[in-house]
Amino acid sequence: MTIAIEARGIAKRFRGVEVLQDLHLAVEAGSVFGLLGPNGAGKTTTIDILTTLLRPDAGTATVAGADVRRDPDGVRSRISLTGQSAAVDEVLTGRENLVMLARLSGLGRRAARARAEELLERFDLAEAAARRVAAYSGGMRRRLDLALSLVVPAHVIFLDEPTTGLDTRSRQELWHVIREVADAGATVFLTTQYLEEADRLADRIAVLDRGRIAAEGTAPELKARVGGEVVELLGPDGEVLAERPTDGTVHGLRAAVDELDRIAASSAEGARVAIRRPSLDDVFLAITSRPAAPAHRADLIGTKG
Amino acid sequence: MSTLIDAVTGPTAPAPAPPALRMRPRGLTAEAVFIGRSVTHSLRDTEALLMAVLLPTLLMLLFTFVFGGALDPSGGYVDYVVPSIILLCAGFGASSTALYVARDMTTGIIDRFRTMPLRASAVLTGHVVASVLRNLFATGVVIAVALLVGFRPTATPAEWLAAVALIALYILAITSLFAAIGLAASSPDAANAYGFILLFLPYLSSAFVPVDTLPGWLAWFAEHQPITPIIEAIRSLLTGTPMGDAAWWAVGWCVLFIVIAAVWGTWLFRRRAGRR
Repeated sequence: MTIAIEARGIAKRFRGVEVLQDLHLAVEAGSVFGLLGPNGAGKTTTIDILTTLLRPDAGTATVAGADVRRDPDGVRSRISLTGQSAAVDEVLTGRENLVMLARLSGLGRRAARARAEELLERFDLAEAAARRVAAYSGGMRRRLDLALSLVVPAHVIFLDEPTTGLDTRSRQELWHVIREVADAGATVFLTTQYLEEADRLADRIAVLDRGRIAAEGTAPELKARVGGEVVELLGPDGEVLAERPTDGTVHGLRAAVDELDRIAASSAEGARVAIRRPSLDDVFLAITSRPAAPAHRADLIGTKG
Repeated sequence: MSTLIDAVTGPTAPAPAPPALRMRPRGLTAEAVFIGRSVTHSLRDTEALLMAVLLPTLLMLLFTFVFGGALDPSGGYVDYVVPSIILLCAGFGASSTALYVARDMTTGIIDRFRTMPLRASAVLTGHVVASVLRNLFATGVVIAVALLVGFRPTATPAEWLAAVALIALYILAITSLFAAIGLAASSPDAANAYGFILLFLPYLSSAFVPVDTLPGWLAWFAEHQPITPIIEAIRSLLTGTPMGDAAWWAVGWCVLFIVIAAVWGTWLFRRRAGRR
């Protein structure tokens, strides 16, 4: 097994706040790794350190065989980053953005233009190629952003909350593209707040909680800890009166419904039952025994995860 | 921790690095690409470009035809004021650099460049060079209009060359300061606001009236502030007024500005880049 990303004992603090504490990670080459956590858990800080944007206060990290502290240019020549805010030039057209990035990645003029056309086709941006990015929709911007990251192939591709703020259709389109990239053999490291996203894309998932990895495993392994669908008892106005996790079996579901039935009998009239998939909150509750998103922390660090 | 971690913390040797796929751009390619980008930005920011040319032109017409008669009834005010308008013009034109830099630093595009094997600071070089080109063009327009409304320079070709060189140096100096202001500002709007002070400086100099007509304390400031020798030097080169030691002061101030902007800017770029 080849390791594409390895972090040992990474720590980082901002203005006295421990954002990351003794973080350990190992990501197998060619796999998709999902870092799951609420806002303020340290997801973006982790990406920043692995992509050489930030220096860790302690610990070492190796990405695509290069040390992030000793050989940042070695890392940079083997990775690509798609950050949280679409890093596109709004004044330029989509085509100009791609040509610029290709030139900056060492391609000659002609090769850069050819590569730009290829990517415009592949990301369904050919029609909008000559339009300024300022006029692009959110989904188009993200597609261009991702295309810019793929101007030259990378061994490790970092995606920081790639689908946050996108509608369902754009999100699914992007998932499809990410899957394609992964199938082409690159290692993909993505952060997300959505369990479903990590579940759909990632071979392995790590749950980040207050700057530490709280759990790590495959999606089925984590789900086994969380349980299956959650049964909710809703009052007449839609408020949640009670909820019970299930283990995904018919028996478990029946037991949960029976239990809620007893609660319903003693509470409001007109109570309804709803079933939903486990959310990030449920994962957190299961793993850390407390809800996700400690709000004060997000406030202290700023908005970035 | 997981079994995966245990597996790698064992005796496994670190894998050799796979080949680099993203090449460092050769020579000054990165700078050239960023200059091209910033020039395109300038050309597409039509309002800013129009302002950079129109505002100084209108100011010049205003000073020549409205105030000029009162300030110098002999009609020679146009010769006095054109060098000042040129500097004012450069200030206006350069101020958008602060905005462009602040925008790059806050939109996340800088992170993309910083995760590539290139000098990310070349982004700033692009903005600064584009500003110098933009403002030299605006200066040309201002001089052309000035000639139409009666500006009669006495400069020899060598003096013209020296004047243009000094103007370019001044544009470079003030653009560098604005670039640093753009780095220091927390947002593009803030960048715009901070730049105002620099734009105000020419009014408190010998730009529009001789320094000795000002009240004592202001005259002292106007005499010793950097804009005065720069204006005096350009005025002397173009219209043959006495030079004195203005040229040395002018070049000295410009170089000092560039050094300050470079040191401050480098520090800000590293700091901002590290913190975001």
